[in-house]
Amino acid sequence: MSVQENNGLAGRSPAGSLSPEEAGTPLTVVPLRHPWRWAGAAAIAYVLLSIADLLITNPRWQWHTVWDYLFSEPVLLGVLATITLTVLAELVGISFGILLAIMRLSPNPLLSWSSAMFTWTFRGIPPLVMILFIYFFSALVPVLSIGIPFGPSIELVRTNTVITQTFAAVIGLGLAQAAYVAEIVRSGILSVTQGQTSAALALGMTPLQTMRHVIFPQAMRVIVPPLGNEVISMVKATSLVSVIAYMELLTTIQVIYARTFEQIPMLMVAVIWYGVLTTVLTIVQSRIETRLNKSAKNNPGARR
Amino acid sequence: MTDQIATGVPMVRARAVIKRYGHHDVLKGIDLNVVRGEVVCLIGPSGSGKSTFLRCINHLEHIDGGELAVDGELVGYRRQGNRLYELKPAEVCRRRREIGMVFQHFELFPHKTALENIMLAPQIVLGRKAQDVRAEAMALLVRVGLEDRAGFYPSQLSGGQQQRVAIARALAMKPKLMLFDEPTSALDPELVGEVLGVMRDLAEGGMTMVVVTHEMGFARDVADRVVFMDQGRIVEEGPPDAIFSRPQTERARSFLDRLVN
Repeated sequence: MSVQENNGLAGRSPAGSLSPEEAGTPLTVVPLRHPWRWAGAAAIAYVLLSIADLLITNPRWQWHTVWDYLFSEPVLLGVLATITLTVLAELVGISFGILLAIMRLSPNPLLSWSSAMFTWTFRGIPPLVMILFIYFFSALVPVLSIGIPFGPSIELVRTNTVITQTFAAVIGLGLAQAAYVAEIVRSGILSVTQGQTSAALALGMTPLQTMRHVIFPQAMRVIVPPLGNEVISMVKATSLVSVIAYMELLTTIQVIYARTFEQIPMLMVAVIWYGVLTTVLTIVQSRIETRLNKSAKNNPGARR
Repeated sequence: MTDQIATGVPMVRARAVIKRYGHHDVLKGIDLNVVRGEVVCLIGPSGSGKSTFLRCINHLEHIDGGELAVDGELVGYRRQGNRLYELKPAEVCRRRREIGMVFQHFELFPHKTALENIMLAPQIVLGRKAQDVRAEAMALLVRVGLEDRAGFYPSQLSGGQQQRVAIARALAMKPKLMLFDEPTSALDPELVGEVLGVMRDLAEGGMTMVVVTHEMGFARDVADRVVFMDQGRIVEEGPPDAIFSRPQTERARSFLDRLVN
């Protein structure tokens, strides 16, 4: 008894300490009960069962129609067009975005300012409006020409022969994407400390070599997760080009149900394919992230 | 020894070097010669301009006045008549190759292993092949006592180990001058010794070194000359014995007194 009283623990937490007469008997541990977890689970189960009911018992889904069209040739061509459009728009978006990020970080105030203005403009315009605007650009400038601003110029080509549906779709989606990519890349570059640049330059690397071998590989770890999100968003954003009748997945689907009036099953075909594409991209993204984190996994971001 | 190393073109020649940040003069006219094989320690209170001066020597900072030359070549400029023309980045980089630098916070490249950190600059700056560089890089790791850490990433190394890899990385470019910017300030006290040991070996091997440091023991033992800076000026300089035992100026005396206590 005297040992317990003198060890200091009893004095510090009287509520948790054992009274002398209880010290010998084993005690039962009673876990805290969580009644709301059961209520929550019941509510979720109810919603899930209702959805299952809707999916299974409602004949108007016409699942056989979904299946008939899922791998039909026009739909597959539409999927291919969606993939192509995503790739092209991302090529424009990412390459132009990197250029904008480097311009933004340039010591030249005009470069930095114009990059900021571009981002401000294209973040402010809905991509849908942008696509339409580019598509109808010939109404503003019927003939493309090159020359001195406010001065003489040489007429090159009629605008309508250059701005096709594909052009309007790729440029409209790509430029909107570039504005976001620029911000993502800029924050990635800024996440690498100034000391890394000093170290690379002190070894005799040129600014370009420093960017390529030291700054960019480290910035990638910050850039890839949000950039992956952007690519996944782009897959779905391509459906906007149905407004200019570009034959990607959604336009194809609309053309079909305009003829057959099977809107719901045809839209389900679109939903399934968009789901497949985004799932594949999610897997690719997490693979890349795992590779990039290889060197950091033992001590992520410890030394800053 | 002193007579031998004092001959020829000085490795570093600074004349009236001025550096400003906005309206604040960080360096107010630095005159300093460092001869071949000499070890010079820069000491002084923080904010005295020691680190800034060091970064001017390899043109990480440009100077706003005076003249600074390494091995007879102006740093960052080309002289034609009475004009100094700022050099293109590629030319600045060529001159920096021969000046090694070690930083307070190591600045190893975190996405590369210890060995890759050492191999990177010879490969991409000098365009040498990986297999030729690898043996040299391994030899440098042996020299700093880390041959068993070649495949480790910086985050898996202690501070002292990281700094020794950083020294090896600078040596891989075969520099004729080494700059050390408070190389032990960010280290736990028990790790300081291993880094100073490597630096001591380097000094004994005849490397020309300019060291910004707060390690007075190292300065006393290894330096040929100690330079005391305060408020952007060199206040006092001389052999370590003279500076530490008989400081001539009040400022040096009070700085050293504070360090001892």
